[in-house]
Amino acid sequence: MRKNGMKTTRRKFLQLTGVAAGASMLLGPKNAFGVVVTKDRSQQYAMLHDTTRCIGCQACERACCEKNELPAPGEKPDINLERNTGPVNLTTVNAKATGGKGIIFSKSQCMHCDQPACVSACLVNAMYKTDEGPVIWDEDKCMGCRYCMIACPFDVPKFEYGSINPRIRKCIMCYDRIQDGKIPACAEACPQEAILFGRRGDLLDIARKRIYDQPSVYVRHIYGENEVGGTNMLYLASVPFEQLGFRTDLGTTPYPEYTKTFLYSVPLALLLAPAFMLGLRQATKGKNDKD
Amino acid sequence: MGQDLWKFILSELKPKGKLLTPFNIISAPIILLGLVLIVLRFAKGLGATTNLSQEFPWGIWIGFDVVTGVAFAAGAYIVTFMVYVLRMEKYHSIVRATVLNGFLAYVFYAGALTLDLGRPWHIINPIIGNSFGVSSVLFLVAWHFLLYMMAQFIEFSPAVAEWLGLRKLRKILGSLTVGAVVFGICLSMLHQSGLGALFLLAPAKIHPLWYTEYIPVLFIVSSVFAGMSIVIIEGTISHKVFRHQISAEHHAKHMDIMVGLSRLAAAALFVYFFMKVLVLIHGMHWHELLTPMGYVYLYEMLGFVVLPFVIFVLGAKNRNRKLLLSAAIITAVGIIFNRLNVSVIAFKWYAPVHYIPSWIEIVITLAVVFGEIWAFRWVANRMPVFMESPQWVKHLDSELGHPVPEGDLANIGSKAAGMQAVKIKK
Repeated sequence: MRKNGMKTTRRKFLQLTGVAAGASMLLGPKNAFGVVVTKDRSQQYAMLHDTTRCIGCQACERACCEKNELPAPGEKPDINLERNTGPVNLTTVNAKATGGKGIIFSKSQCMHCDQPACVSACLVNAMYKTDEGPVIWDEDKCMGCRYCMIACPFDVPKFEYGSINPRIRKCIMCYDRIQDGKIPACAEACPQEAILFGRRGDLLDIARKRIYDQPSVYVRHIYGENEVGGTNMLYLASVPFEQLGFRTDLGTTPYPEYTKTFLYSVPLALLLAPAFMLGLRQATKGKNDKD
Repeated sequence: MGQDLWKFILSELKPKGKLLTPFNIISAPIILLGLVLIVLRFAKGLGATTNLSQEFPWGIWIGFDVVTGVAFAAGAYIVTFMVYVLRMEKYHSIVRATVLNGFLAYVFYAGALTLDLGRPWHIINPIIGNSFGVSSVLFLVAWHFLLYMMAQFIEFSPAVAEWLGLRKLRKILGSLTVGAVVFGICLSMLHQSGLGALFLLAPAKIHPLWYTEYIPVLFIVSSVFAGMSIVIIEGTISHKVFRHQISAEHHAKHMDIMVGLSRLAAAALFVYFFMKVLVLIHGMHWHELLTPMGYVYLYEMLGFVVLPFVIFVLGAKNRNRKLLLSAAIITAVGIIFNRLNVSVIAFKWYAPVHYIPSWIEIVITLAVVFGEIWAFRWVANRMPVFMESPQWVKHLDSELGHPVPEGDLANIGSKAAGMQAVKIKK
């Protein structure tokens, strides 16, 4: 009787191990979680901001505030002022004093990453990368954990701390306007054509052509082409981007890659660890233990 | 029977023991103030009550309450692993206290997470399935929290059944223990590491001395000595506070248990130190050591890893209770320091104005800690945590084939067991 009982447990244990090993072989890390498919991004919507054309007039800011029903911007761009985006200003223009090229203005807003850190951080899919390119936020899903703010390398998502029904606020590339066939409010308002809206592939071509045609004007770097795996917001500048206050130390690895190994190990651990522990429990069994 | 049970529960709700102890005099006002402040937090919002900002979205409610609190709860998965998987019977007598402590830590510390959520009414979204963010580490952590709390409750539930004198239920619950333990250990390891993995998404924001791709592994290894230090501290205090409940035999074993746990903590500290050195060398950030953040790092490594390791080793060798307790306290403080370093202090170390918690955040955090201790005491004074299980349980367990510590069958006379037995006869 007892011998029999032992047999079953051993068989059970072997079965478990087999199932676990088999499943891990079949599933493999690549299928355990959604693989990021290298899709053609050239047709996605994107924006190109040519900082050599920006005159710091704030027309984009005003258009953005109007469209999003926010108070008009108060302060002007100033080289002594760091104007961060916030819950009531989704885009801001900053002025930077540079050595050779004088004062340069640049606009900041959501970068609409191809593989956004905020989206991979969000546990309820409230942050969402649309097929068209813009990264949007869903009020009905968000629980306000603010992990997207921790994750975003550009510190874009902002939180309404003053509210008891707080929202995450950020630029959504006027996704609603795009769906109505219009272009984002900031791009429409810019009198200098410093903000171009279009397909990412086309905008990259335009940017490369400008660099090629005027090598003395531009540095040979399209910010956003490869940063954190590529963004749908692209920048041109006449000075290295760190002089404009851009982070150039972010690398080209898409942020979801940083947690991928961990996420892949989870199903494996859940399969193999119980089998291992039940095996240990069998192995340490003494004379008087029945199970 | 049903009515008797209800009466019994009502009578048990009343406080036991002295009310005006120094601990109560300090903790009660803080808990009351904390409750008022929690109401204020929901009435006024996070901005009015915390020092959180756009730059620092996570403060001590995450960095201490959740990230540190969970590390402190690690004792449960380690002790259950030793007892139920490795069958180290020596530690059986501390299983219930450790599991109870782990369970309550999750309920209170992780429960405090709801205070930090801006939109807590959506907290069930990742559970009910209209929005599974499976690519999020936080999604896994949330699920593991939920499942692990259930597993821990199942592990502890036999004590509840014994308290209420429910024999049949006790029999069923007792048979679930091993399954819950194995499942619970897996969940534990995954979310101990998962809490570290959360910060993998902030490579450009966490100081290079703390940011490494090995954060998850470091979090697991450090959870071992974090858990052990709390078990030693809790064990030492409980040993005094609940002295009257503990049988003479367990008294005698207590020092052996503490020494064993200390050795494990020392081993984990050694492994951790070794790994930290490897990561430091591998990451090639040693030039950072002579910067202000480098001093913080060295302080953490030497003062809170090397020092407690040495004291643990000395204390275990000389079987010195005071040394072991001080090593455990230093280790626990070091874990607070380490977890806060990763989540708060070394986070955006470059920011001109750094986050410092508001007094409201601190008081609520203290209230949560004291609340957990109150809950622990309430349960320990009523259910068989330190005291012997009632006699009928031992017969039940010997039928089931569960190991019964030697001498327990002979030792019926404990006051608590007697009380239970009388109640059951009714």
